[in-house]
This record gives sequence, C-alpha cells and structure tokens, in this order.
Amino acid sequence: MKEFTYVITDPVGIHARPAGLLVKEAKNFKSTATFIKGEKSAKATALMKLMGMGIKQGDEVLVRVEGEDEEACAAALEKFMKENF
Amino acid sequence: METFKGTKIVNGIAIGKIKIYKAPVYEISEALISDIAGEIERFEAARLKVQEDQNALYDKEMKAGHKDTAGIFEAHAMMLDDEDTLIEPCKDIIGEGHTAEYAVREAFDEAAKQFSEMEDEYFRARSADVIDLKNSMLDVLFGADTSSLQGTEPAILVAEDLAPSETVKLDKSLLLGLVTRLGSSNSHTAILARSMNWPTLIQCHDIADDWDGKFAILDGYNSCIYIEPDQNIIDELSAKQAEDKRKEEELQKLKGQPSVTKDGRKVKLYANIGGPKDVKAVIENDAEGVGLFRSEFVYLNSKTDPTEEEQFKAYKQVLEGLAPRMVIIRTCDIGADKTIDYMNLEKEENPALGFRAVRICLTRPDFFKRQLRALLRASAFGNLGIMFPMIISKWEVVKCKEILNECKKELEAEGVTIGKYEIGIMIETPAAALCADELAEEVDFFSLGTNDLTQYTCAIDRQSASLEPFANTHHPAVLRLIRETIEAGHRHNTWVGICGELGADPTLTEDFLKWGVDELSVNPKSILPLRGNVRNVDLSKYETESPEAEEKPDSVQAPKRKGFFGRLFS
Repeated sequence: MKEFTYVITDPVGIHARPAGLLVKEAKNFKSTATFIKGEKSAKATALMKLMGMGIKQGDEVLVRVEGEDEEACAAALEKFMKENF
Repeated sequence: METFKGTKIVNGIAIGKIKIYKAPVYEISEALISDIAGEIERFEAARLKVQEDQNALYDKEMKAGHKDTAGIFEAHAMMLDDEDTLIEPCKDIIGEGHTAEYAVREAFDEAAKQFSEMEDEYFRARSADVIDLKNSMLDVLFGADTSSLQGTEPAILVAEDLAPSETVKLDKSLLLGLVTRLGSSNSHTAILARSMNWPTLIQCHDIADDWDGKFAILDGYNSCIYIEPDQNIIDELSAKQAEDKRKEEELQKLKGQPSVTKDGRKVKLYANIGGPKDVKAVIENDAEGVGLFRSEFVYLNSKTDPTEEEQFKAYKQVLEGLAPRMVIIRTCDIGADKTIDYMNLEKEENPALGFRAVRICLTRPDFFKRQLRALLRASAFGNLGIMFPMIISKWEVVKCKEILNECKKELEAEGVTIGKYEIGIMIETPAAALCADELAEEVDFFSLGTNDLTQYTCAIDRQSASLEPFANTHHPAVLRLIRETIEAGHRHNTWVGICGELGADPTLTEDFLKWGVDELSVNPKSILPLRGNVRNVDLSKYETESPEAEEKPDSVQAPKRKGFFGRLFS
C-alpha cells in the first residue's frame, strides 16, 4: 500500500473537468486508488463521488493506493494532483 | 400594455413576438418489464447516444471559441462514464424489472439530490448538470424530437429555466432575447447569454403561458419586459435598438484591425485586468496584450498569506490563456487604500504617502520572494513582463532586480525552467518621472500610472470631493511629466506605456501619440473605442511644427473641465 497527502491549492477545489481527467488517469492503472478526507472517501475512478466529497481549496486529502502497480499509480496521481489541483 | 420586472444579464433591447419554450414532460411507467437484458441494452444505447451528443456540443463550442461552455459539455460526457453513481445504480434498478426510463429518473434524481445538498455553491450548481443529463437521456429513450420547441420564427424565448444543453442547441438566428422565471446570474445560461450578448432577463416571476405569440419588447437597460407595448415605447426603444446596433457594428469592425494612425504610426493597445477571470474579456475585446495585471487579487481574495503555488497557478493561467500576447504583472501593490489583515500593517497617518507596494516588499524580502518565484516559474508559459510599483529611487529598482536574480538562481538550481521576461517599473511619482533618465538605464519598459501621478503631483487627494474645484485631470504639470518620461525612456531604448485612466481619455490620444507613447493600457471595454480614436489620428500635420509651439500655457487658469474625480473614477 502507498499513501500520500496533498493540500488543494486550486480556488474551486476538485471540480468537474479536471476531476474527469483525474478519473481517466486513475483508470490507466490496475491498482485501486482511494481519496480520503475526514470521514468521506471515494475511489479515484468514481467521478461523481469524488466531486461529491466537496473538496475545496486548503483541504488536505489522503490518497491511498493498493494493487500490483501501486508505486507507479501513486507517483502518477501525485504528479497529476500537483499539476491540476 | 403590461410591464414585468426581472434581473437583467445583458443590456440591450429585443423586439418581437414571444414564444413560450416548454420542455416535454414525460409520463414514466411504473409497470415492470420482463426482458431485462434488452432494457439494459436500451439504456446503454441511450447513454452512448447522449454522450456522443455532449461530445458534439463540446466540439461545436470549442470551434466557436467558447472554451467555458465547451468545458461544461466535456464534463457532462465524463459524468456519463460514472460507474458508481450512474451506470451501476441504473442497471441495478433495471435488474429489478423496471424500465430504463424509470431507472434513469431514479438514479439521476438521486445523484442530483446529493449535489443539491452540498455546502459549496459550485458543487450545488452541479445538480443542474445531472438534471440536464437526465432530461437528455429521457429525450432519447422516448424518441422525442426537441428541435421544434423553439418554433420557426424569430422570437423572444420565454421559459421556466434553460439547461445548458438546451441553451446551446437553440438556433441563434431565431433567438431575439431570453426571459426565464428561474436561473441565477452565475448559471451556465447566464454565462452563455453574456458571451453571446443576448438581451436576457432572469428571475422574471410573472411569466405566463398566455404571453405566447404576443408582441413584446425586452428592455435590458431597465430590466423589464413590455407585453403589447404602447406606440411611444415602441418608437423610443426601436430608436435605441438601432443606435446600439450601429455603435456595436462600428466597434466590431475594428476587431482584428491594426492600432495604427492614418500616417502609419503604430501603438500597442493593452488591457488592464484584475485576475484570471478577465482573460476572456481581453480576447473578446481584441486587446493586443495586458499592460497591467493587478496582482492584488491573489492577496485580497485570501484569508492567509497566499503560497507560491497559489500565485503560480493564477499567473500561469493568465499567461497561458493569453499567449503569445505579452502580459505585464505588477508585483504586490498593497498598502495605502488596500489593506489586508494578515499583513499586520500599522495604521498610518498618511497612508498614500506611507508603507505600501515595493516599500513593503523590500522590507519583507521573504514575502516578496514568494511572488517573484511564482512569477519566474510562470514565465515559462507565456510572454511575461514583471513590473515594480511605487518606485522613487534607482536603488529600489536595483534591489528589486537583485532579489529577482536571487530567486532565478534558486529556481535554476532546483531544475525549474524559466522563460524570457521583461522588467519594468511604474512611473507614478513625480520623483520617478523626473529621474526617468537614470531609471531607464535599469529597465526594459516604463508604465505611467496617471492616477497616482496626478494625485502626487498636484497634492490632491483623489478621494476628497471638496477638492474638486481645484482638480484638473489635464493639469499641464502632469502632462509635462508624461511627455518627459516618454522622451527619457526613448533616450535609453526603454519603451513607455500609460496604464492609468488617462490612457483611455479620447481627448488625449492624439497628444500621447504625438509624444511617441508605445503602448496604452485601458480596461478591456475601452480597447475598441480607443482603437477607433487611434485610427482617426493623423500625425503628419505636426511634422513641420516646432515642439515648443505645442505647449499650452493654461496653468494659470482655473480648470475648465469637469473635475478630476468624475473622470478618474467614473
């Protein structure tokens, strides 16, 4: 299992279009990635649930990745987060 | 005649017949079905069809240059791929023996409800997207043809509300104006109406079915609609509409035209902006660049000191969005009338002459460096100019450049790519204007901030109404400083622009051009009118005149024009 945390800097938070691209990125891997904020969580492949978490600027999210390609998946998602959120 | 009020989105007047636009209401059967596999197939086919339609709307909007609205449809198409919230629940409901229509209604309404209960306004508004998708799914499943809803004649469309995909599908050639009972000024429909410049009224609570077919006038200026208006209203507003049209056509003709005088002298017309949200206005008004991007918004919109990352994203967004146009970003200009709690600035007796702008930055280098690092990182994504405000002495410019270079070295050591950029300063104090020769040796460009330059030169507080009789926007001292700054800049190969309110003053355009100004930066709406002025100027008549003959010795007279306040702050 791999984990990393990220603090959202985007003014709108995790919003529709970039969230859709995030889902696409997550689907490139076999591992399951989960976004966790407080008591809420959503799989990185579930667009509406991800948006439904209402993640805003300044929120810290924990991303947990499990599966055979977890190293690569975590690295790719972390990079994606930095570039887009 | 009857008059009804609403909230206007766009100024302007629409005259014509009313067409009531009503989306179909479907009777969804609760009866159970037996062919579950077949029903799932119907659902999948409808889902893919709607997705294809949404992608087509995305392409259509991208081609039309509406990036904002295109993004809505791209997100819609992505939502339709959502297994967890939409696809699986629909299939589960069908699996229990319900129709595809029933499943779509249940699952999509549930998803919309989740969004509508969220705290944040942005996410709450997304429930409208899900409802929009639901309606599109039902249209396909019921085989409904929605193309005839608009009628066949040009009309003012009246509706409860319009979903984004409905709005985009409207035949623009048949649309005179838009009135809705619901809607908010941030809705997609409002955004689209603004970008298309349709006369639009929302929250018009009194719309009624019996308006259908009646003659009406939508008056955006007065936020109302007249049903069966009286002849005097018809005459008055028809004349106003014709005048609007003529003016707009004149301005539109200037798009894509060079900003050049009759005798061939070119000038750059740039826009003043306050943040990434203004990028669109820059493009729409055909500005050739940005002469003043006030970076204060990153400080004012934040409760805490903004991080380098937050600033970088905002700058990058603007630079990327406007490349290859030049974007001049003015470094932090807080202090004076713009105060911020987290900065813990002491209260001053005389803030306009106090601790502000570069004076704060040079005193708090760590704070300054965060912004400079963000700017340097953003420089790789466009054509950047970095501008320092409130300069009075050469050492300040040298010090600013030193800190900038320090940041550059740090970033290079971190392996960050840095693009090319120009360095400039604001000339907004008499000290800077009079020392322009020395300052010009240090920078690539000057930008004259005429509001502060006027206030500091004339010792007139621009907030004080009782000083109005003494104020003169065209005070010869200010005009002389402007002219001498331009000349000093040119002696050192430093180009000179004007970014204060005077830049847009049509009575001065000719003088500025005559003195050789290289750039005028004005609010986006003033770009096209100013281009019109520039193109009417002919400087060839000055070729034989001696420079001395131009000075108008009116400094001993009381100001003839309406004071400086009305003009500076209108």
